[in-house]
Amino acid sequence: MKILVPVKRVVDANAHVRVKADGSGVDLSGVKMSINPFDEIAVEEATRLKEKGSAAEIVCVSIGPAEAAEVLRSAFAIGADRGQLVIGEGDLEPLAVAKILKAVIEKENPQLVILGKQAIDYDNDQTGQMLAGLLGWPQATFASNVTIEGDQVQVTREVDGGHQTVRLRLPAIITCDLRLNTPRFAALPSIMKAKKKPIEQKSVDSYGVDLKPRLQVLKLAEPPRRKAGIKVKSVTELLDKLRNEAGVI
Amino acid sequence: MKTLLVSDHDNKTLSEATAKALSCAVSLGGEVDVVIAGKGCRAVAEQAAQLSSVARVLLADADAYEHVLAEPFAALIVSLAAPYDAIVAPSTSSGRNILPRVAALLDVMQISDVSRVLAPDTFERPIYAGNVIETVRTTDKKKVITVRTTAFPRAAGGGTASIESIRAVADPGTSQFESEELHASARAELTSARIIISGGRALQSRENFTKYIDPIADKLGAAIGASRAAVDAGYAPNDWQVGQTGKIVAPDLYIAAGISGAIQHLAGIKDAKIIVAINKDPDAPIFQVADYGLVADLYTALPEMAAELAKSHA
Repeated sequence: MKILVPVKRVVDANAHVRVKADGSGVDLSGVKMSINPFDEIAVEEATRLKEKGSAAEIVCVSIGPAEAAEVLRSAFAIGADRGQLVIGEGDLEPLAVAKILKAVIEKENPQLVILGKQAIDYDNDQTGQMLAGLLGWPQATFASNVTIEGDQVQVTREVDGGHQTVRLRLPAIITCDLRLNTPRFAALPSIMKAKKKPIEQKSVDSYGVDLKPRLQVLKLAEPPRRKAGIKVKSVTELLDKLRNEAGVI
Repeated sequence: MKTLLVSDHDNKTLSEATAKALSCAVSLGGEVDVVIAGKGCRAVAEQAAQLSSVARVLLADADAYEHVLAEPFAALIVSLAAPYDAIVAPSTSSGRNILPRVAALLDVMQISDVSRVLAPDTFERPIYAGNVIETVRTTDKKKVITVRTTAFPRAAGGGTASIESIRAVADPGTSQFESEELHASARAELTSARIIISGGRALQSRENFTKYIDPIADKLGAAIGASRAAVDAGYAPNDWQVGQTGKIVAPDLYIAAGISGAIQHLAGIKDAKIIVAINKDPDAPIFQVADYGLVADLYTALPEMAAELAKSHA
């Protein structure tokens, strides 16, 4: 079985994000970029399925600037076998990304696609579900456990208030939640080997897909900051303030 | 303008999140219909009919909708979509699961997690873990929107909408429900609680959550939350996690005990009316957003607080 894992290059989770003074975008100059953490979990899960013998090959796809090759190399170091780099400048919306991925999938014919539940830049939480809709495939979002059983996959999902377990007929789409696994720390030999794995390059325009943005970004701004209040000296003073000043208990 | 609100419920009770998403739907202008899909969920439809500003309640009662599986549910919404200018759902786990699938099937780019409606086609939404607010205008004719419900008030009652039964559509049959494990709790639900007390890594164990957090939650009638670090360490269940990748909350009172205040946690509590921080590290970032800060060891402060609350409630 072949597993396809889309991976996105995003601002590193530990980087400090600043809005440009004119509100036109986020200032990314000199900011460290990395593989989207949820996508890293997806690559790790695919690798574990391969190690268990449930999958034969892992193909990663990244859509973005030429530098997105770096996140494919990160995926290779975990365990992906080969990559496709779909080069395009500027931010594509999840709907356009899902359309490109659909075209890639129709050529690659994977039985399973595992994605991160959201990218930590635009926090949309859409691409996997959109892709499933476009392909007419079943979906299991926010996965915390994945088991392949023949031509089906059993997925436990994190839902409000607990967990839900569903069974999907393959081919299917899975999106990963935070605690599906902890991605391995890639060892040096894996990183060296990752440099030799093949990357096929294409242009976003080569798929004949409508990429025109549907949303116009009018402005980015930093949210109003909460101000620090006061320090109280004791539990007694705290409860007094909550009762008599804030009136919340 | 005509809007279809996709409700969130457990086949018995309409969620608070739906009543809040209704306020967002109403602010788009025009009529709002609410669709209730589930099994044996007539009571939910009756609750929805009592919310103000609801024009009609559409009730789809069928086996296929009992567990809110995305495939049949999205097919139903798409079949209803034609007369509507906007389709809205709360950003609950089911809304986030279903609505993007609906959007793709309608060839619409969804606007996720709307926190403010500036005009019927212009919205604010948080991005970068809440560090940035994006203002977007959609050019899609039909709008598909999920709502960050903590940013909207609950819609008032007093409505008398009609309830119409609608037919189920064909289930693609590619997915199947197996089981469900919901943490039954007598406590308030995090996303709608008036008071929340959350614990961080400093709690050191699940037993300590029970020993130090529970008594205060009992006395205040509070919901219990946790930081990502505490959940990662196994001290609290996953669905207690408060923050950008967990639950977004907006209580009147949020008590953070032993939580340092990582950006992604703060993004989840910024709409709280009053934030209290109890931490022994005076430099913890949580103090920069707390209305009341107490620099203290939680292992002495929390029992003291429980004892004082017991006195006043006696």
